[in-house]
Amino acid sequence: MSESRTVFVQTVVVEEELHLTFVELCRACGAAEEQVSALVLEGVLEPIGRDERSQWRFAGTALHRARRALRLTRDFELDPAGVALALALLDEIDQLKARLARSGVR
Amino acid sequence: MKFKDYYEVIGVERTATQDEIKRAYRKLARKYHPDVSKEADAEARFKEVGEAYEVLKDPEKRAAYDRVGSQWKNGQDFEPPPNWNGGGPQFDAGEFGFGGGEHSDFFETLFGRRTQGAGGPRARTQAAGRDSHAQIEIDLEDAYRGAQRTISLRMPVMDAQGNVVAQERKLDVTIPKGVRAGQHLRLAGQGSPGFGGGPAGDLYLEIAFRPVPHFRVEGRDVYMELPLAPWEAALGATVTATTPDGPVQLTVPPGSRVGRKLRLKGRGIPGKQAGDLYAELSVVLPPAATDAAKAAYRTFEQAFDFDPRASLKGEPS
Repeated sequence: MSESRTVFVQTVVVEEELHLTFVELCRACGAAEEQVSALVLEGVLEPIGRDERSQWRFAGTALHRARRALRLTRDFELDPAGVALALALLDEIDQLKARLARSGVR
Repeated sequence: MKFKDYYEVIGVERTATQDEIKRAYRKLARKYHPDVSKEADAEARFKEVGEAYEVLKDPEKRAAYDRVGSQWKNGQDFEPPPNWNGGGPQFDAGEFGFGGGEHSDFFETLFGRRTQGAGGPRARTQAAGRDSHAQIEIDLEDAYRGAQRTISLRMPVMDAQGNVVAQERKLDVTIPKGVRAGQHLRLAGQGSPGFGGGPAGDLYLEIAFRPVPHFRVEGRDVYMELPLAPWEAALGATVTATTPDGPVQLTVPPGSRVGRKLRLKGRGIPGKQAGDLYAELSVVLPPAATDAAKAAYRTFEQAFDFDPRASLKGEPS
């Protein structure tokens, strides 16, 4: 362990202020381009615009979703179709829970 | 250092087959994986289970672990045998684990520390550093007002000899007003250093709120408990409540039930679409600790023709 000086850093809220390119998203997830494009093909991630891969842009919220999908892929040895199904079901559970919370049930 | 019984963590016998270990691990992973679990201690349990599986699924690591001996019990003070060599000082770790994928001291003593991922940056002449991730806990108040916070990170860096060493770094970070749990702050150029003149990676900080009793946050909306005296709930009252935004005066309508929510519009986490603050009413009974208090409860009893169990009538007891 060494060195301990304070560095001042600018911060950006990814979900509010950023769009990520395909390459940025892959880097931010530490994932191979093939892994991330497989998630796009399954509809887990939706790029803005329908151009080719090099032109893809993603909303900042894709970062959290992509990392979650990649963790599930790794930890349960899922294929892209399996992770797409798991995320669809998890999304549905979240929506149902939110609806229950709104109607006063917890 | 405490001994960890990885077999006990996974819930299998020491004689279990690899298939049995995998099956038991999968079951626990489905229960505790932080991406699917709602268990309170899911993340800690998943790390523990994952570490146990990492050792037991690998025949070499499992054999090395078994050589330590079966006489140790979970939680017992542990020293590795002299001249211990648990199969190499380094291993590769995943890229998108939770909390940087740190292992217990016990694991690191037996199997060494993690290295950077496979491939080896020295194989290339120039390469960008990796992006890194960490989680930070902030106070709810920081999201209401914005804040400047100094955070300490232990990051693995490569030294001149190519060894991975932990380095402490302090970063002075602006927490923007309106930030929410689960969002990420990007700190450009603060990830792993590049190689051969390549640019450094970025650092992503995932925001979590430090838990506070009586408060919970859902997206932009904040929920707080508001305890009332029975007479305040029954008769209505104006009460002062402490919110992350400072004290506010709340009008409790007469006849308020427990669980009723009073909405304070726009008093949740601020932003273009500010969240709402909900005060959830609960009723606290004062203790009948004095003669006067007991007398008051008696008067109370006589004033009502009240059966709190009326709704249970007709049901088997």
